[in-house]
Amino acid sequence: MVVRVKVNNEWREAEVWPGASLLTFLRDRLGLYGSKNACEQGECGSCSVWLEGALVCSCLVLAAQAHEREVRTVEGLMADERLHPIQEAFVEAGAVQCGFCTPGFVVAVAELLQKDPTPSPATVREALSGNLCRCTGYQKILDAVSLASSRMRGGT
Amino acid sequence: MEVLLPHSLEEALAIKGERPEATPIAGGTDLMVDLNFGRLRPAAMIDLSRVAELASWQQEDGHVFLGAGLTYATIVKEMPEFKPLVQASRSVGSPQIRNRGTVGGNLGTASPAGDALPVLAAYDADVVLRSRARGERSLAWHAFLTGPKKTAIAPDELIIGTRWRRLRGPGSFSKIGTRNAMVISVAGLCLVVDEENGAVKVALGSVGPTILRATEAEQQIAAAMTSSGAWQDSSITITEQVIDEFGSLVAAAAKPLDDVRGTAAYRRHGCRVLARRALIWALNERRLPAWL
Repeated sequence: MVVRVKVNNEWREAEVWPGASLLTFLRDRLGLYGSKNACEQGECGSCSVWLEGALVCSCLVLAAQAHEREVRTVEGLMADERLHPIQEAFVEAGAVQCGFCTPGFVVAVAELLQKDPTPSPATVREALSGNLCRCTGYQKILDAVSLASSRMRGGT
Repeated sequence: MEVLLPHSLEEALAIKGERPEATPIAGGTDLMVDLNFGRLRPAAMIDLSRVAELASWQQEDGHVFLGAGLTYATIVKEMPEFKPLVQASRSVGSPQIRNRGTVGGNLGTASPAGDALPVLAAYDADVVLRSRARGERSLAWHAFLTGPKKTAIAPDELIIGTRWRRLRGPGSFSKIGTRNAMVISVAGLCLVVDEENGAVKVALGSVGPTILRATEAEQQIAAAMTSSGAWQDSSITITEQVIDEFGSLVAAAAKPLDDVRGTAAYRRHGCRVLARRALIWALNERRLPAWL
């Protein structure tokens, strides 16, 4: 079937198997490889995107369910070829090791800071509870969230 | 495979009537896993995620109606006065899962580990079903949930939502799992107090082929509260012995199995612990002054 989705403010369409996930559509049909395919069962959060403004695991959305709807992916965070402050914070805090989980975390942190610019430690942990990282032990990721939060509020 | 995309309930019911073999999909948090792993290959799927009529809730005549398409995230945001339901909803999956997963999906999947289900069982909720040919009918939760992943839904019906009489009294949902997120319950328990009818209701999840009510325990604690006068006077202490006996009766109501998530013995013990805690929380909450 042909699925048409507004991805990062641009209407895109492609033919896809009707049982395919939004993740497959984004990666294999649109060439957007930022969202990662890891567990395919909603455990790891590596494929997190926004669907109609809500953070979701794109592996658990049928591509057809996103037909004629709006999706924002990690690729949509960059502006003018510059990293988003959250992406910069991840690099600076050393919150990236193998990097596979990073796009999902970056998207989940963006969702969090957009709703709560100064989240408490407990709020951060809950907001990131759907994302798994097997390298960093999470502390560097939590450091990156504090750094991004302070940068985005105009601090250094 | 074909995916049908109705925009209204009317349209969805018409499709289900003509294509009873089509599998409805809402949040997709269960079905997509089976699709991704090649375990499910339905001839057709009906996407219910754009059927706005299913995604709302209302209160009327002392009853609550919760639409099948309401997500756990929406319940947490919009229904704070239904504490056990909010606690169960908050314990489902992760933020990403709660943004998609629906109560209708929990009912349709009918897993004994569905976290909303013990709450609906403790509320004595009905499940509302509708078909284009025969209209609407309601089934008590226990008549709807007929076994593990089995329900009494007819092939041409859709789950419209669930309805229960609003109760006055404290209550809670709690569950046991290996971490605080992304946990399929090893044991789950909902306890609610119905002050008007002098009843305590306890439902268990993940410890039997379907959701179970601990009716003997319910009767024991209600009788103990009657004989001690605690229904009228919440300051009256319920003895440790009564609380222990309540825990034992709840544990005895479980029909657990050994599986990868836990042994039957651990699950039974878990039910005892959850039951004691839930009862103590409820009794303490009854003692709070009304102005709190």
